[in-house]
Amino acid sequence: MVETGAFTIFVASIFINNILLANFLGMCSFLAVSKEIKTASGLGMAVIFVMTLTSGLNYLVYQWLLIPTGLEYLQYIAFIVVIAATVQLVEMIIGKVSPVLYYALGIFLPLITVNCAILGVSLFMVIRQYSFLQSLAYGAGSGVGWCLAILAMAGLRQKMKRSRVHPALEGPGITVLIAGVMALAFIGFSGMVAM
Amino acid sequence: MNPVLLAVLVLSGLAAFLALLLVVAEKKLVASGPAKVTINDAEPKEVAGGESLLATLKGQDIFIPSACGGRGSCGLCKVKIHEGGGPLLPTETPHLSEQEIADNVRLSCQVKVQRDLRLTIPPQLLEIEEYPVRVESIQDVTYDTRKVRFAFREKADFSFRAGMYVQVETPIYDGLAEPVYRAYSIASPPSEQRFLDLIIRKVPRGICTTYVHELLLPGDRLKINGPYGDFYLRDTSAEAVFIAGGSGLAPFEAILADMAERKIEKRVTLFFGAVSRRDLYDQELMADFEEKVPGFRAVPALSRPAPEDSWEGETGLITEVVARSYESMEGMEGYLCGSPGMIDACIKVLTDKGIPEEKIYFDKFS
Repeated sequence: MVETGAFTIFVASIFINNILLANFLGMCSFLAVSKEIKTASGLGMAVIFVMTLTSGLNYLVYQWLLIPTGLEYLQYIAFIVVIAATVQLVEMIIGKVSPVLYYALGIFLPLITVNCAILGVSLFMVIRQYSFLQSLAYGAGSGVGWCLAILAMAGLRQKMKRSRVHPALEGPGITVLIAGVMALAFIGFSGMVAM
Repeated sequence: MNPVLLAVLVLSGLAAFLALLLVVAEKKLVASGPAKVTINDAEPKEVAGGESLLATLKGQDIFIPSACGGRGSCGLCKVKIHEGGGPLLPTETPHLSEQEIADNVRLSCQVKVQRDLRLTIPPQLLEIEEYPVRVESIQDVTYDTRKVRFAFREKADFSFRAGMYVQVETPIYDGLAEPVYRAYSIASPPSEQRFLDLIIRKVPRGICTTYVHELLLPGDRLKINGPYGDFYLRDTSAEAVFIAGGSGLAPFEAILADMAERKIEKRVTLFFGAVSRRDLYDQELMADFEEKVPGFRAVPALSRPAPEDSWEGETGLITEVVARSYESMEGMEGYLCGSPGMIDACIKVLTDKGIPEEKIYFDKFS
């Protein structure tokens, strides 16, 4: 068990150990959906929501199902199944409760099922032996961190529409370069808090 | 216990539990029970919920015009929903004016029937019917465009104004989940009671056009519904300009045949835009109309004539050709039929030349 407080983990996973910029997880949707702030914020919100929820659920599945049966090695597949089902369920609930939110998030939810950052959070939570509260904080913090990173990137890319990029680097090329520079800035914080 | 067996059991148990949860959730949340639909304050009708209002109404033999077939891109399927429509969705707002939003106008393809609804539908839409038809002949007019003649299977009382359109129901083929509907203008004149001609151009990966071009055979039975639209020749003495692109010649063929039959006198110039000679069709028909309709002139224009075309007519984009042909177009009327991009470009040219927007008529099938 780690001694770090839940709030510290929350803040640290946003700025210091950003899931996207320090661990490079969830890059595919980060590159694909960061063209505009509007869609990026939609996806970001969906990621925050799903990450928090699945880190909590996967904690319960791991502690109450996989550990007692000695099947920890099945965590990957079990976590993926839980994530997929959660996303489906969330999609239905949102569709029923708020059609407007459904249309804002709806198309992004299925994308998230296969987002490696979501699975990554659940796996890190196991490796780092977090408690339930710490896991929730870590999930929420990583979600916010991912959202922050994609919003920053979308803002940059919107501004960049007017700048002349070398044809060879247009699109994903320049985006990966920018992501690298952004990651450098975040790496500067690394080691400030032990997670 | 055998570790392999245990692993399989635990994992399938987990998956089964989640699947069960999803099934229950779907029952409780998504599929809603029957709902009552009240149309124009008539007797309420009991319908099964869960589907879009457009599809539900179609099940009740009420055909709301929809060119895109319920994808929310054409904005034609507007109805007024007074109760039970739920909040306005972001997919609808681009198609609605502020006045329409205030009047509770909604796109029926985006509204799901989840509770009792009270709506107003223009009475003329209630008269639109479905007709069983048989493919009488298929003619390839260019390498990618077909003219299909649909004969009514029963003696039909199908009356329409030249320029209107119908929807063709594409039957289920090749993994299509449900029949889809696509709109096509009628190319045959209203006096023809026995059949309808439609001009259908192949769209890459288009559901209906692929069906028509690859699977449809003479003798096949289909259903069409209609007629729809307010694209018809206005009864004025003003000079008119018709602009057609691709399969957009269809409504003009009907209008011109109708003008010839009813001896309507109006100065009309038809601009037909194509890429090269192989995209042109029905040019003999146009020459025939030039003789029969006094005041009619057809101007085909090619944007990129091939060298072997030995083309001596107008060249350039249709918008350029039209702009070049008139000093000013004040007092004229514009009729447009073609792709949404072409229509938008033409509206700009016509308004620049002095035709007010309310005198420009078009059908935009997107």
